[in-house]
Amino acid sequence: MNKYTERIRNGVITENPTFIMMLGMCPTFAVTTSAINGFGMGVSTLVVLILANWLISLVRKLIPDQVRLPAYIVIVASLVTVVQLLIQAYIPFLYDALGIYIPLIVVNCIILGRAEAYASKNPPVLSIFDGLGMGLGFTIALTLIGLVRELLGSGTAFGVQIMPAFYQPIGIIVKAPGAFLVLAIIIAIMNGAQVQTHANEKVEGCDGCCATCAQGCALSGAEKEKEGERV
Amino acid sequence: MTSLLMIVLTAALINNVVLNQFLGLCSFLGVSKQTETAASLGGAVIFVITIASGVANLLFTFVLEPLELEYLQTIVFILVIAALVQVVEMFLKKSAPALHKALGIYLPLITTNCAVLGVALTNVTNEYGFFESILAGFGTAAGYTIAIVLMAGIRERVEDNEDIPECFKGAPIVLLIAALMAIAFAGFANLNV
Repeated sequence: MNKYTERIRNGVITENPTFIMMLGMCPTFAVTTSAINGFGMGVSTLVVLILANWLISLVRKLIPDQVRLPAYIVIVASLVTVVQLLIQAYIPFLYDALGIYIPLIVVNCIILGRAEAYASKNPPVLSIFDGLGMGLGFTIALTLIGLVRELLGSGTAFGVQIMPAFYQPIGIIVKAPGAFLVLAIIIAIMNGAQVQTHANEKVEGCDGCCATCAQGCALSGAEKEKEGERV
Repeated sequence: MTSLLMIVLTAALINNVVLNQFLGLCSFLGVSKQTETAASLGGAVIFVITIASGVANLLFTFVLEPLELEYLQTIVFILVIAALVQVVEMFLKKSAPALHKALGIYLPLITTNCAVLGVALTNVTNEYGFFESILAGFGTAAGYTIAIVLMAGIRERVEDNEDIPECFKGAPIVLLIAALMAIAFAGFANLNV
């Protein structure tokens, strides 16, 4: 297996951002009310991820280390704005369904996380494949969760009636509490199956948490350095 | 008057930022082990979100709208919020050391808490004015604090329970608690002021 397909396998399976790394949970909870919404969010994130990884990898030697995080944020925010305008223009129903969660892709931990962990250290083409793998992993995860919630909560899949007529849809599954419920059960099943996830580490505190926290830590770290200089 | 009160109540209880909109989940799940820390974080969040929503509103009304640059709101807001948190931290350090000591370590954590950006963007979507934005920001942050303090209180009692099945320990039990809290908060949907 060459290093390019390895990147995709890594994103989809070995380090799946949702099921293994537990990153980007906000959109995972919020938009998986139906399979199509989950898929739409996944693809939007995928596009931003590939472009962000590519651009950041291209400029990785030009950006001074101290200001790299603000620089990454500007790049990601610009890309998200472009994607948001495109969705608004060409897929209005998705724009209405995802609403505020499209601009919030900016603060999705996966994107800054990959920029910091991979694209800032690797060449452009490999970074594109890394973004593709991670984005695919995220898209598959969101679509699957959306499919489960839609099947149980509305009896449909991608809007098509699947469950037999006598099936009484469990409405709560597609409402807010259902998101927590379904994710709790998925993680419990993975724990039971002894799949090593990062879920439990994450709950311990900031360390295992997302890149946004890491950014907070990085900022405070930079401050401490400044203080050290003054002393 | 009632409409202003309604904005606060809607933001805090009916559309609870964590349990209904899933923003700020990271810290909600990560920093909810002890009631005391949760309350301090909540205080810092109230402080930052209230100021940030006011500043974001002023920026939008007086800079972005006149220049017809509304589409830049995401970029502008996230940079302003990041800068603002730094300024607030420096300001507190100089003028209110006691408050800085209590909130200090949590302030950088909030920089990219998606709730801050979420509130700023929602305020624009809802076409709120300056005071409405501040109230909505305050309400949202108060809702966050209520949720995280309640969660910490429950976790303090539940975490050591021996009866929790092995595979439900850690993240799953926390998510189950959150699910039950979300069901309880759904009751506020019928709230009428």
